[in-house]
Amino acid sequence: MSAVLAILTRELRLALRSRMDWLLPLLFFVMVVLLFGLGARPNDPVLAGFAPSILWVGALLSMLLTLDRLFRADYEDGTLEQLCLAEAPLGLTVAAKLAAHWLLTGLPLVLLAAPLAVALQLPAAGLPALVWGLALGTPVLSFVGGFAAALTVALPRAGLLLPLLVLPLLAPVLIFGAGAVRAALGGLDAAAPLYFLAAVLVLCLTLVPWAAAAALRNAFE
Amino acid sequence: MSSWTWFHRLASPPSFYRLADRLAPWLGWLSLALLAYGWINGLFFAPEDYQQKDAYRIIYVHVPAAALSLSLYVGMAVAGFVALVWRMKLAESALIAIAPVGASFTALALVTGMLWGKPMWGAYWVWDARLTSELVLLFLYLGVIGLWQAFEDPRAAARACALLAVVGVINVPIVKYSVDWWNSLHQGSTILKMGKPSITAAMAYPLFASLIGSYLFAGYVVLHRLQNELLLREGGTAWVRELMGKSRV
Repeated sequence: MSAVLAILTRELRLALRSRMDWLLPLLFFVMVVLLFGLGARPNDPVLAGFAPSILWVGALLSMLLTLDRLFRADYEDGTLEQLCLAEAPLGLTVAAKLAAHWLLTGLPLVLLAAPLAVALQLPAAGLPALVWGLALGTPVLSFVGGFAAALTVALPRAGLLLPLLVLPLLAPVLIFGAGAVRAALGGLDAAAPLYFLAAVLVLCLTLVPWAAAAALRNAFE
Repeated sequence: MSSWTWFHRLASPPSFYRLADRLAPWLGWLSLALLAYGWINGLFFAPEDYQQKDAYRIIYVHVPAAALSLSLYVGMAVAGFVALVWRMKLAESALIAIAPVGASFTALALVTGMLWGKPMWGAYWVWDARLTSELVLLFLYLGVIGLWQAFEDPRAAARACALLAVVGVINVPIVKYSVDWWNSLHQGSTILKMGKPSITAAMAYPLFASLIGSYLFAGYVVLHRLQNELLLREGGTAWVRELMGKSRV
């Protein structure tokens, strides 16, 4: 457990010292959403209907931007090899790294989504479903994305491959996340898709760190 | 342990290569015969559907392709699991041999489905669960192929692909049961259900024949791809040299 805490604090401390690393993806998210607003007719009411999918796709893409760097720096300076050799189980270490990744990229996206949704004129009825959906869905993006990043950590040009690996696996998250907002907007209960997202999240939290650990070990063989 | 020797012998590349050499012609000719019977009967002699007229005849290609797209993915994931757990070289090669075949059948299922969808539903593509999850399946296959090509070391590549294939297998039940779980535009299964099938025998027999024929054809192609893969990987070993020496004479 102390290893998990040590890695969490290390990641957060590193992030504090290079702020641009985690601020740029947030800026990217804001810009993508605003570009959709600029591309539509001024005050187009249709935009509100598309707001759930715009926000979800924006969150997905800005998470995707950060994945290539998730393990790369540690791989290049040898930290990752030490983590593989360390006594603490690699699955837990990886889980700690991915949790730190979510705290730095996922959580700010969740918080930013609400004001951006208002900017896209999403009715207030859809807001709780959007924020809850993102809160349950962005950790899945971090974990599944972390698995793909671990698979490609030894490859010099992984950036081009990552979207192909990650996006098909994340399609269900997008479908249910945006579906929850649409259900809430239609006056239906958004609980069913949200519970589904929660189930996917629990599955990811328990299984993905071990798959990612196996992928990292593969990089050193 | 002695009862497992056949398994170990099967797993060794040279003896598997020879087995495949003996097996492949049987699969090829049988599949040709079954496909000829199934497609000629299905396309020309089976009765017309009362609702869909002649357009339903695409099922003789579409249903086998769609079934294979799922079965081959499961086969690939099983090969990946074996490669990960027992580090069996043959399973690594099998995974790589299956991926492009599976991707082709997935693409075929999508294209034939779209061609049928235009006259029946009035659109080539609709965003519903069955179609979308099948498209995701195609991307999963392409991801495995892309990952394979990105690595230089074939063993590391095979293990990375194996992990991806095993994680991606979660999509297979989603594709299979999407018609039952969600209110899909895609029709439900008419042959593989409990009790009496809701398809007449004159339509069903050619369909079964083309289904089995397509499976045998896929087996034939995979065996040959696997043989090539083994030759590539084992190039330089004694048995490959001996084989190549023989074929040159």
